[in-house]
Amino acid sequence: MKSLCLLMLAAAPLVAGPPTVIQNAKVLTVTKGRFEGSIVIRDGKIVEAGERVLVPQGARVIDAGGQYVMPGIIDAHSHIAAESTNEGSISVSSMVSIKDVLNPEDIAIYRALAGGVTTALITHGSANAIGGVCQAIKMRWGKDAGGIQFEGSKPVLKMALGENPKRRGGSTPFGVSATPPRYPATRMGVEDVIREAFTEAVAYQKTWREYQARLKRGEKPVPPRRDLKLEPLVDVIEGRSLVHAHCYRADEILMLLQLADEFHFNIKALIHVLEGYKVAKEIAEHKSSATTFSDWWAYKMEAIDAIPYNAALMMRKGVLVSLNSDSAELMRHLNQEAAKAIKYGGVTEDEALAMITINPAKQMDIDNRVGSIEAGKDADLVIYDKHPLSNYAKVQKVVIDGELYFDRDRDVSQRTERDSRKKALVEKAKELQKRQGPPPGMSRRPS
Amino acid sequence: MGKTLILLLCAGACALDAAAPSVFVIRDARIVTVSGPVLERGAVLIRDGLIQEVGASVAIPADAWVIEGKGLTVYPGLIDALSTLGIAEAASTTAATTRGSGRTPGPPSTPSTPATPSETPGPPSMPATTGPQARGPEDRPSNTSWVRAADLISPSDRRLEAARSAGFTTAVTFPPRGIFAGQGAVINLAGEKAGQMVIASPAGLYLTVSGGGFSSFPGSLFGVMAYIRQVFLDTENYVLAKQAYQNQPAGTRRPAYDRALEGVLDAPRLLIPASRAVELDRMIRFAAELNRRAVLYGGHEAYRAADLLKKSGTPLLVSLRWPERSRDADPEEQEPLRTLELRERAPSTPATLAKAGVPFAFYTEGITTSRELQRAIKRALDAGLSPADALRAFTLSAAEIYGVADRLGSLDKGKIANLVVTSGELFQEKTQVKYVFIDGLKYEPLPETPEEVTR
Repeated sequence: MKSLCLLMLAAAPLVAGPPTVIQNAKVLTVTKGRFEGSIVIRDGKIVEAGERVLVPQGARVIDAGGQYVMPGIIDAHSHIAAESTNEGSISVSSMVSIKDVLNPEDIAIYRALAGGVTTALITHGSANAIGGVCQAIKMRWGKDAGGIQFEGSKPVLKMALGENPKRRGGSTPFGVSATPPRYPATRMGVEDVIREAFTEAVAYQKTWREYQARLKRGEKPVPPRRDLKLEPLVDVIEGRSLVHAHCYRADEILMLLQLADEFHFNIKALIHVLEGYKVAKEIAEHKSSATTFSDWWAYKMEAIDAIPYNAALMMRKGVLVSLNSDSAELMRHLNQEAAKAIKYGGVTEDEALAMITINPAKQMDIDNRVGSIEAGKDADLVIYDKHPLSNYAKVQKVVIDGELYFDRDRDVSQRTERDSRKKALVEKAKELQKRQGPPPGMSRRPS
Repeated sequence: MGKTLILLLCAGACALDAAAPSVFVIRDARIVTVSGPVLERGAVLIRDGLIQEVGASVAIPADAWVIEGKGLTVYPGLIDALSTLGIAEAASTTAATTRGSGRTPGPPSTPSTPATPSETPGPPSMPATTGPQARGPEDRPSNTSWVRAADLISPSDRRLEAARSAGFTTAVTFPPRGIFAGQGAVINLAGEKAGQMVIASPAGLYLTVSGGGFSSFPGSLFGVMAYIRQVFLDTENYVLAKQAYQNQPAGTRRPAYDRALEGVLDAPRLLIPASRAVELDRMIRFAAELNRRAVLYGGHEAYRAADLLKKSGTPLLVSLRWPERSRDADPEEQEPLRTLELRERAPSTPATLAKAGVPFAFYTEGITTSRELQRAIKRALDAGLSPADALRAFTLSAAEIYGVADRLGSLDKGKIANLVVTSGELFQEKTQVKYVFIDGLKYEPLPETPEEVTR
């Protein structure tokens, strides 16, 4: 019944090197206020953080020079680092998994690092009512597909409501769509597809329970067929998997919350949720949460009734709120997106920072590991030259598990060398072509 | 125009003489056995399609045709380790295509995803079946796992002669279409009847991973992987259900016959595409998960993944169609360093694999002329591959990977008499293929076609 346990390469164990101390820093812990002092890191974990710490013998010292240190930014909704986004051919594609198609060499990982992001949930797209299983990663640039996975993170099943999943495909008034004629074509249909799928999953769960019971009775039945589409849904029903659901409108948000109640599962996070401010109370009651944009909307009809106060209003009603990127570009300045929550909604600095650190961590159930600067948590840290909520702040260094993964000075100093390497390769290729003549298939044709 | 016509006529006329003798001795030639030391002066005796003797000298039987081998070198026939040779349908769909425009001759390449520097040619392949739209793995889309290349072989495929002329005697050939495309066969590149060409079948199940976009399941890489995974799970379940039924047909519900799963059961190994390092890593793990013996094909970035291949014991088929800048590329386009590096370093893959001790073989991916082949191999040699290792990758290694090294791949007594006789060192620019022996029959290559025919 458990979803397939892939033979993923375990993340490379951290070398138990000497401890590291980041000194002389303005530390924004997010959960425990702010102080000027040091952070001690050992074996990839924060062991101490405070104004005065005991510097262990032989420790590597990074002098932050009075700059700001905050926990690594967490993005609860991103599509980078994967070679597929949608299995859009069918309305329930829960058999697909981002884990299968991680691309640890996507340059967007490095760019996200340079924007202070250390963790992201790589999600399936929103082409269908029930998408695939998402995967949390850390931006461990240079590691392989196994090495970038957030080890031990819970699977997250993606769902989607509204315009995208109800795109009916086939021939439309605007011509023939790339999508085949597909059910559903309405918001009602989306609800039906989800209910149908979970009804099927409940029956599947029952089949396996009966099988287990027969085994217990000493019978030797042929096991039921494993169904990779239904297993992730059973994982949701049995609480092993979280749900993140793409949505916009208040009516469909309510629909989904009721539907989830019907099958006794929780919608861990609503994605985009631009009309969330209208139903914040209900979202809070369901113990769901929201991951939204600060001021990105009106790119389609269902995203029209949005306001920049959404994040703050939902938060005031007791909804856990995060800000996500959904884009490799926006991902590079999530700190500025958080700052907008202050401008529009008047949230505090800590509340704003929480929206890009501890809150998304909670939405992914990894807040015991990341999201704030506290003893015992992973040493995922960003050093900014100015306050991270300032427009002028630039990321200087990014540390994940205590290891330095981005260093602005190093990056800048390597640019010339990379340029000359590139030039040399272009020259060499030209040379080869001259020597060999045109490559196969490029010989001139009769005129 | 006129010349082209003459060439075509010539191509027809140069076909073999069928009533040829069946006993040959090649003597006083340089014999490169591949399995053992090179005989600087030796002889080979061929009888009834098999190698009867190899040595410094052999007793010449009265009924033998003697070929004076002075100045000639004898090698085992070359093997194209992944192809569609002999499948006429594949030839017609790929005729006259060149790199970057439509399907390349030879099996579909590994898919390239937009955000990556992969340069393997060809658009995503279309699903094999054009039936009703697939709603899931249950519909077994793009699955023709039961199709056997051995059943599709035709001696009249025109490409066979071109391949022979370049020194190939054998190919491992696969049905070309679909995600579960079908079962390959090791075939000889000549024979009067299709059945005579087949050496081993099934040789492996050929998988591709290009999806059908939004129009049909599976439409994406992770959709394809989920689909393949489900089919293998279904196969496991199918076996259990069949066993239960066999044990007690009376009173047991009969499992439905599923030809797609039967095909999976028949496969002695899987051929899985993987070109970039990320793909090699991914597919090595995937094959381990499926718990099947796998052979990866593509491999252009395997110079970065030799350790992984070595550790997992996965053999690799390396495409000789090295990544190149697309002919339609914008000359002003600034390419990423990674793309440039891949192009520069791909030909160093074979040398890296040889050094690491990873079993590998070559496939031509539709390169047909000797000239192009030499050029492609030269790049690998320039990048550090020894000529001996190159030869082994074309002969014995390919035979070993497909489990036919007891019959093919070297000049040894008892093996199938597949030989190539050249005027000098194989893969050298000036060297000409003089004769090719397939199943002990002698073929003479086509005269090298002029490089280009203008006006």
